[in-house]
Order: sequence, then C-alpha cells, then structure tokens
Amino acid sequence: MLKVGNYTFNSRLFLGTGKYPNYDMQKQAVDVSETEVLTFSVRRMNIFDADQPNFLEKIDLEKYRFLPNTAGAKNAEEAVRIAKLADASGLCDMVKVEVIGCDKTLLPDPVETLKATETLLAEGFTVLPYTSDDVVLARKLEELGAHAIMPGASPIGSGQGIINPLNLQFIMDQANVPVIVDAGIGSPKDAAYAMELGADGVLLNTAVSGAHDPVKMAHAMKLAVEAGQLGFEAGRIAKKEYAVASSPKEGISLGK
Amino acid sequence: MEITVNGDVLTVKEDITNIEELVQELHLEKKSLIVEHNQTILKKDKHKETAISEGDKLEIVHFVGGG
Repeated sequence: MLKVGNYTFNSRLFLGTGKYPNYDMQKQAVDVSETEVLTFSVRRMNIFDADQPNFLEKIDLEKYRFLPNTAGAKNAEEAVRIAKLADASGLCDMVKVEVIGCDKTLLPDPVETLKATETLLAEGFTVLPYTSDDVVLARKLEELGAHAIMPGASPIGSGQGIINPLNLQFIMDQANVPVIVDAGIGSPKDAAYAMELGADGVLLNTAVSGAHDPVKMAHAMKLAVEAGQLGFEAGRIAKKEYAVASSPKEGISLGK
Repeated sequence: MEITVNGDVLTVKEDITNIEELVQELHLEKKSLIVEHNQTILKKDKHKETAISEGDKLEIVHFVGGG
C-alpha cells in the first residue's frame, strides 16, 4: 500500500493523460495499467465548441484520484492559481506542483517550487512537488510538509530513464514521505529500476502514450512497477567482483 | 453587453445576468469546467449568485491531458 497524505493506493503507478492517439486507446491503457491516480493539466476551454470531447467523460470518476499539475506555471503565484482553479472543480484536492524554470530542459525552478509548495500546504492542499533530483531541495520540501517528493529521473518526455540513480537513492534514503519518481521514464526497465532503488511509486506519461502500442506498454509498466517493488522488498544479493558457482563443486567425477 | 472570456471580447444578450446563465448560453452546462470571474475563482455553487456586468473578465478552464 502506498500512502500519500490521507490517501492510500494499491497501485504504485501514477499515469499521465497527455498525448494519447485517441480516447478509446487511452481508456484501455488506463484500465490495464490498474493505476488509481491520473494526472491532468488545467487549460482554457474552447467556449465555442460545446461538443468537444473530454477524457474525464470517458472514465468512471469514482475509480480514480485526480492529481492535477500546475504545468504552464513559470512562478509560484501562477502555480498557486492553477492549483486553486483545479480545486474549484470539486474533483480533487491533491496537486502536483510543477514550476518550470527552463524551457529547453523543462527542469523545475527550485525556488518557485518551494514557495508554491509552502503556500499550497498552508491552504490545505495535498502537495506533491515535482523536483530535480537534488537531495537538499527534497529535504527542504519535506520539512515544509510536502506529502510526497517527486524527483525527475531525466528531463520530461525525454525517455532517457534514470540517469542519476545515486541522487535518487540519496533522496529515497533520507525521505520520510513517499518518493515518486516522475519524468523521464522510457521503458519498463526504468520503472522497475526506480522501484528497486526504493521508490514508493512511479509517475509516467509519454512512455505509455507515445509507445507503439500504448495499451501493451501500460500493461508492461504495471508489471514492471510490481516486479521492481517485489524485488526491492525481497532484497537483492550483493554484487561480487568474481564468479561464485551456483552448483556444488563436490559429488561428481568428470574428465578422468 | 461586452465581456472578455478567455481573452476574446464577447457580446452577450442583456438577459444574461449571471455566470450560470452564461454557461447555459454557451451550451457548456454539462461540461466539467471552472470559472474565474474578475480574478476570483468560483466553485460551481457560486455560478448562479455571481452577477455579470459590462467589462467583466472571465476565464473558463477545464482539465486536459497532461503528465
């Protein structure tokens, strides 16, 4: 069980809802992933198109907990406004604080992320900040009261996977709140690796929505997160420099 | 009456007096949407009691796909 604030989840996979080829495929992918947390963004509506479809209309709202992000915010003030807009929907009180500080790398602005987190916590939100893999920043976010820490594995949408496992490990070792590896996951291997390192969960989007077969990849990610978590719990063997035979040396006579 | 919605100037009929009526006029009443009225974010139960006047600025937003 994963516990974030007052919420508990059986699944440790959080799924983004962006960039799927179509809603039917997205619905199937969400179903097979068995995720319980879906992320969304908040954007202006086209007020002149009353027939525009929306993914929210395709799913059973009771089955999922919504995690709106503050993507698009360049500073804390904008992030707080987006979070409050999302909250006014009445559908959620969790928020993924995402304040981008660099358009090219989409890496987060640490100062504004801290400020937004502090304000939203004071307003009573369940706050999950997306952050770089900085152990000191992660500690400061936790000290403010963040309900989870979401360090990136590599730049958003890059699919580069976990490029600095050491930093992620440092964050997981020190954290007393869940650590959810968010952004940069490319393949099931990456998701399993994050869990084996000790992550409490994984948030991914493009790795599934951009896959050749998103539904199959959603299934693969579910299994990868479960496998990685089981592997972590089981405790892997220590690495040794040289071989150690698995079969006994005694009890058989060969080559004589 | 002219108001600004999502950055566009919109001419609305004089009998539209509150947010709920505006949303109905736009045929968006069945949608999950959030309205910000002159920089005040409104919960849905405030739509009816929030009056619209000439020159008001509104943002109408909703959830879209994102990670």
